[in-house]
Amino acid sequence: MPQRLDYLKETASQTAGPFVHIGLAPGAAGFDIYERELGWDIAGPNAGGERIRVEGVVVDGTGSPVKDVLLEAWQANAQGVYAHPEHDGEVEEGFRGWGRVITDFDTGEWGFDTVKPGPVMGRNGRMMAPHINLWIVARGVNVGLNTRVYFSDEAEANAADPVMGLIEWEVRRQTLVAERAERDGKIVYRFDVRLQGEGETVFFDI
Amino acid sequence: MRKPAEYYQRDRAWHPPALAREYKTSVARSPSYALISLEQSASEITGPVFGHNDIDPGDNDLLTNYAQAGESPIGERIILHGRVLDENARPVPNTLVEIWQANAGGRYRHKKDMYLAPVDPNFGGCGRTLSDEDGYYFFRTVKPGAYPWRNWVNNWRPAHIHISVFGSSFSQRLITQMYFEGDPLIAKCPIVQTIPDPAAIERLIAPLDLNATIPLDTIAYKFDIVLRGRRSTLFENRPEGN
Repeated sequence: MPQRLDYLKETASQTAGPFVHIGLAPGAAGFDIYERELGWDIAGPNAGGERIRVEGVVVDGTGSPVKDVLLEAWQANAQGVYAHPEHDGEVEEGFRGWGRVITDFDTGEWGFDTVKPGPVMGRNGRMMAPHINLWIVARGVNVGLNTRVYFSDEAEANAADPVMGLIEWEVRRQTLVAERAERDGKIVYRFDVRLQGEGETVFFDI
Repeated sequence: MRKPAEYYQRDRAWHPPALAREYKTSVARSPSYALISLEQSASEITGPVFGHNDIDPGDNDLLTNYAQAGESPIGERIILHGRVLDENARPVPNTLVEIWQANAGGRYRHKKDMYLAPVDPNFGGCGRTLSDEDGYYFFRTVKPGAYPWRNWVNNWRPAHIHISVFGSSFSQRLITQMYFEGDPLIAKCPIVQTIPDPAAIERLIAPLDLNATIPLDTIAYKFDIVLRGRRSTLFENRPEGN
């Protein structure tokens, strides 16, 4: 017998279940317990760049909206800097780059306000197009799903993006592109997530 | 300064598959296409950082964080404690751990939970804390009850506590559930059984920890959480920007 490798195994994932709100968004579950709920303000008041809203629904394989989803966003600021000690550069005071939202219990709509991220340096010196990383959990989702939101007004950068380029089927790349529109003077990007079936969103093993 | 390095790839055969037919809700909510595997960039290696300004010191005590003054929730008083480690067996310090659970009767404080068992006026059912420098965390709560759920007609969830952990990078993000040693419902639960490897299920079961109990007061269960580990960067010639 060779020596044993002494690595531990990662704790296995389990579904967040239908009542994820109790732990991560108790106000939505119907009670007030914490002084501050986490994740409602992604960019903070001082962040530079364009103020945007990203919104959508998550639909299942039958095309029905899923109404017990929790999504978390992780993004760089407008200069392409993540609020993390290992990423070179500074972020604005109060810029966190992280947020969480839930889908509406009746409509399944979700949305968050933030700033549009800048391009981020990727591997091998290749620039990544502006994007927001999303992590999606829900009842019936056994391991959280990772995807990315890209922006429709960044067609050139998207075409050169090394992660987009990994997606062999060009037709599927469009599932990651949020459509830009203006509503009441605000910039709104629409990003619907399809868990299964026609137009299934690209999910990543990161 | 050490170059940021990737995290070990997730062992997808150890985790539950997206589609697990006996857990019916997964059938229409599981992607059919294969996941696209990414070599990690800054987007995956970084992740949110939390500090003591984000939470309050009493947030980890579910016996008091929603109870009226001088009152306590009904149920078996327990300590849930352990360490957050990575696959290299190193502690993961200062990471946010959030939990939620049903009360002792198996009822959640949630406007969508319609189970017969009553809500407990002194129990909210959620808590949060930061692991310390050694990765150690602890909560005080009541042992949750089993409850029925609609899958087959007669499915009962084993007593469990939901746990959400961040780690240091977005790629370590994890939600899981911990179960209690000796619960006969564990083997019969379609959600537990989405996990193919019995060894992975065993690691979700917290043993009774008599050494950590407070005599005449509170009984303890120990639950270590393991997040993805990280490569070292020895002997690698890495271009800028990795």
